[in-house]
Amino acid sequence: MNIEHFPSRLLENAVNEFAKLPGIGRKTALRLVLHLLRQDQREVEIFGNTMIQMKNEIRHCKVCHNISDNDICNICANPSRISSIVCVVENIKDVMSIENTHQFNGLYHVLGGIISPMDGIGPSDIEVESLVGRVSRGEIEEVILALSTTMEGDTTNFFIFKKLKDLPVKITTLARGVSIGDELEYTDEITLGRSIVNRQNFEDSLGR
Amino acid sequence: MFIEELSLINFKNFEQAEMKFSPDLNCFIGNNGAGKTNLMDAIYYLSFCKSFLNPVDLQNIRHDEEFFVVQGKYQRQGNEEHIYCGLKKGNKKHFKRNKKEYKKLSEHIGLLPLIVITPSDIDLIMGGSEERRRFIDTVISLYNQHYLDSLIKYNRALLQRNNLLKQFASTNSFHAENLEIWDDQLVHYAEVIHRERKIYIEKFLPVFQNYYNLISGGNEIIGLEHQSHLYDGDFAGQLQRSRQRDRILQFTTVGIHKDDIEFRLGDFPIKKLGSQGQKKTFLVALKLAQYNFVKEISGITPILLLDDIFDKLDKHRVEEIVKLVANDHFGQIFITDTNREHLDQIISRVNAEYRIFTIDNGVVVS
Ligand SMILES: [Zn+2]
Repeated sequence: MNIEHFPSRLLENAVNEFAKLPGIGRKTALRLVLHLLRQDQREVEIFGNTMIQMKNEIRHCKVCHNISDNDICNICANPSRISSIVCVVENIKDVMSIENTHQFNGLYHVLGGIISPMDGIGPSDIEVESLVGRVSRGEIEEVILALSTTMEGDTTNFFIFKKLKDLPVKITTLARGVSIGDELEYTDEITLGRSIVNRQNFEDSLGR
Repeated sequence: MFIEELSLINFKNFEQAEMKFSPDLNCFIGNNGAGKTNLMDAIYYLSFCKSFLNPVDLQNIRHDEEFFVVQGKYQRQGNEEHIYCGLKKGNKKHFKRNKKEYKKLSEHIGLLPLIVITPSDIDLIMGGSEERRRFIDTVISLYNQHYLDSLIKYNRALLQRNNLLKQFASTNSFHAENLEIWDDQLVHYAEVIHRERKIYIEKFLPVFQNYYNLISGGNEIIGLEHQSHLYDGDFAGQLQRSRQRDRILQFTTVGIHKDDIEFRLGDFPIKKLGSQGQKKTFLVALKLAQYNFVKEISGITPILLLDDIFDKLDKHRVEEIVKLVANDHFGQIFITDTNREHLDQIISRVNAEYRIFTIDNGVVVS
């Protein structure tokens, strides 16, 4: 069947919208639309309204810029979290990954991107000033830079470091080294080299 | 390490060929255009996953055919290695080691070290600085992963900085701070690259000088002068001072991406004043010195391809090159020539096993 021959304009419009989503080709889009078409009217209304409501009502936390239902997100609002340690990440997915480790009990700062002129993103397009603001107010003792290890991630880390280095705050970054479960001989030389340079006290390593 | 067998289907002007090689010396003899160099190229292909003559893969398929296959059987460190390369129009290139397909072609490079000396090497002298940077980058990257990583990072930062300069131009704006972010990165990686290039050239020069003198039979002093903005002092300051120019030109005008190596003969650049024979001698010595380094670094004796190298050299120099490569230091050697005389001269000096293949119009005659 040639899926480009639609019997209905309405169907075609719906397929077009789904096909705009990342990772969805036209065949999959058609399958999803036909699935929705078979559902109860009520189900489809819930689906559509949920999307509209999400877009209209979702907010960004005023403190950390994480996605939130309220002015302040659940993490920032949680009194049992250590508010003096802030982990800087690129986006919301990174917050979710770190939360999944259950190893971090501080707060976050979501930049909303990393510096990359190729993608049209400059320092003013990401939440760096607001981070400097948080640190200047003196509430923060340690900032952990947790961006990806790409050129752009490194550059953004360094930019933030320069902005913060004269403020009374400790700046750390994620340890980079041999992955747990990796055999040394299969570890690439860069990672291994860095792991040797940044070796840690053995007793500290036992705690993890 | 050596290649024992080569088989070709539809590769360049060869419809089909199967050859068994000597582990020592192999000669391809035939007229110009017969396909001698294409056989060299097939061997090169199996080491580097690409042709040294034609970068367009599809053009290496025989005229009017749909695909090519090049296969080689090697002896390497006591093991037999079967390398397969196949390309079909409209498909991606398949490259396999012992029937197992590589995920990335880069994983294969370095497994079968090989040095080729060919007439097109003249580009190293006559061509742009990029050729000369590539010449040393390839060898340093072989043993220094950190160097390769720095080079990749530097080039990425450069790309981003140039993008930013274009953005400034198109929006008619300028933010010094945004540019500085990338300056910081360039400065950091440039230092590593500059240092390693300097060290390498210093180590390379005496080996190169030695080969040059052996071939020329003289005692001319040759030089490799590393030219780099980084010798002119503080690189960060230079980036800052060239900002206005960079803005106008919309690219980064200073840095190690502009490095060059000036090839000198005595006090003069060989590019301008060398004779053809001197240039050729220079290139052969350069490549033999490179052979030396690759052998030392990889611990494997590379294959040496000598493609039509005796042309434009006087009798004495030919003799010296022959003496040199007949030495035990070099492993398996392939030579192409139109002139049987050169080959007989070589063979008379080598007390090793040799094979001569006569090539005629895309066919291995004998
Ligand atoms: Zn928050």
